[in-house]
Amino acid sequence: MSPNIQLNEDGSLRHLLSLDGLPARILTQILDTADGFLSVTEQEVKKVPLLRGKAIFNLFFEPSTRTRTTFEIAAKRLSADVVNLNISASSQSKGETLLDTVANLSAMHADMFIVRHSSAGAAHLIARNVADHIRVMNAGDGRHAHPTQGLLDMFTIRHFKGGFHNLRIAIVGDILHSRVARSQINALTTLGCPELRVVAPKTLLPHDVEGMGVHVHHRLEDGIKDVDVVMMLRLQNERMQGALLPSPQEYFKYWGLTPDKLKLAKPDAIVMHPGPMNRGVEIDSDVADGKQSVILPQVTYGIAVRMAVMSILAGN
Amino acid sequence: MPLPAPNELIDRLAEQIRPTLTPDCALIGIHTGGVWVMEELARRLGGELPCGSLDIAFYRDDFSRIGLHPVVKPSHIGFDIEGRRLLLVDDVLYTGRTVRAAMNQLFDYGRPAAIRLAVLVDRGGRELPICPDFSGYKFDLADDRHLSLTRDAAGALGFVQGAA
Repeated sequence: MSPNIQLNEDGSLRHLLSLDGLPARILTQILDTADGFLSVTEQEVKKVPLLRGKAIFNLFFEPSTRTRTTFEIAAKRLSADVVNLNISASSQSKGETLLDTVANLSAMHADMFIVRHSSAGAAHLIARNVADHIRVMNAGDGRHAHPTQGLLDMFTIRHFKGGFHNLRIAIVGDILHSRVARSQINALTTLGCPELRVVAPKTLLPHDVEGMGVHVHHRLEDGIKDVDVVMMLRLQNERMQGALLPSPQEYFKYWGLTPDKLKLAKPDAIVMHPGPMNRGVEIDSDVADGKQSVILPQVTYGIAVRMAVMSILAGN
Repeated sequence: MPLPAPNELIDRLAEQIRPTLTPDCALIGIHTGGVWVMEELARRLGGELPCGSLDIAFYRDDFSRIGLHPVVKPSHIGFDIEGRRLLLVDDVLYTGRTVRAAMNQLFDYGRPAAIRLAVLVDRGGRELPICPDFSGYKFDLADDRHLSLTRDAAGALGFVQGAA
């Protein structure tokens, strides 16, 4: 087996578990393929027959309606058969292990597993233990990675900015707990973004952040000055319970993206957010709904990007 | 074997097609060579015909054997094909599988009144019951030979032949 479990011997993509370690050629192949899938929405029948007869299982060990829905739509637009399993509510509570669950579903002739789990490494564990023909996609594992979100963000940036090589990009918010931020940093570094900033209060930054090759800013005003892209992160409410942050109002005052603060970025800067948004906490409604916001296009592109990954994996 | 120049063949095709044009006609080129031929045809036929392009990668019948084509281009048909008479354009007609895929894809866009097929070169070797309505040149090429259309930076079309 190839040393990178994500790749086949010939260097093609086998599983999508993390963007860390994926070469630029594979990221670019996914983005180019997604461009093709975007045009499928032009058709009256918004569906292609590519994965006819394939069974795709959405294994969600952690609740998520939005992400699960986008994977489901992507699989259906490829004509695959999709089964959604909300595992926290079924066998796991009866004591079945993760690998038992997967073995049972494999016996039902699964071709692909889409996995979301609260523990980092869950998708890797499954990928190491499935039969040769089965493909695994990580839909978010703990604080580790959310590769399709990272890819759809790259697609969005490329769509609106034409590329990555002349951009100054800021990722703002709870970097510490964010698997999205990790995937974004990996992808932007690989794709050659020359200036990547992370902007957050000290309590929401990982201790090793300097080693990730990013510029660190502790004031929003400094961090977004003259940037081309502002990538906001969701502030997870549960973090408020701990001592990491004072209150939503206080957070908004210093870290919320308002129209006035956005003026510090370039006039044509775009604003992104992975959703779901906390309006009035990390982002002002006037920005979220404003003309620089590309938050809804991100959702649309997310389906095309997931179609691209599914069909590349299924074909390799 | 030497083939006539592509531009000469496109002239021939245009002459065959011209008398059959009706106001409800539209051209659909198949990526990549078919789109080049379609653009040249559209110029010769007056330039007012609606034009669309298809990349049939998502409709191929060999996905389960060879996977997704490494380069997929967006398909774009910027008009409603419902009730239109479509002229499907490709560069080289061989097994007929590409045309089968293109027709399946077209029907996901709507129900055309008719589909006709125009190809620059028909090299024989059909594996499906598909026959062109217009072809610029027809000859038999052995299965171990490859033939494709290329376009250089200046926009000039040419044929490339070699071992398959």
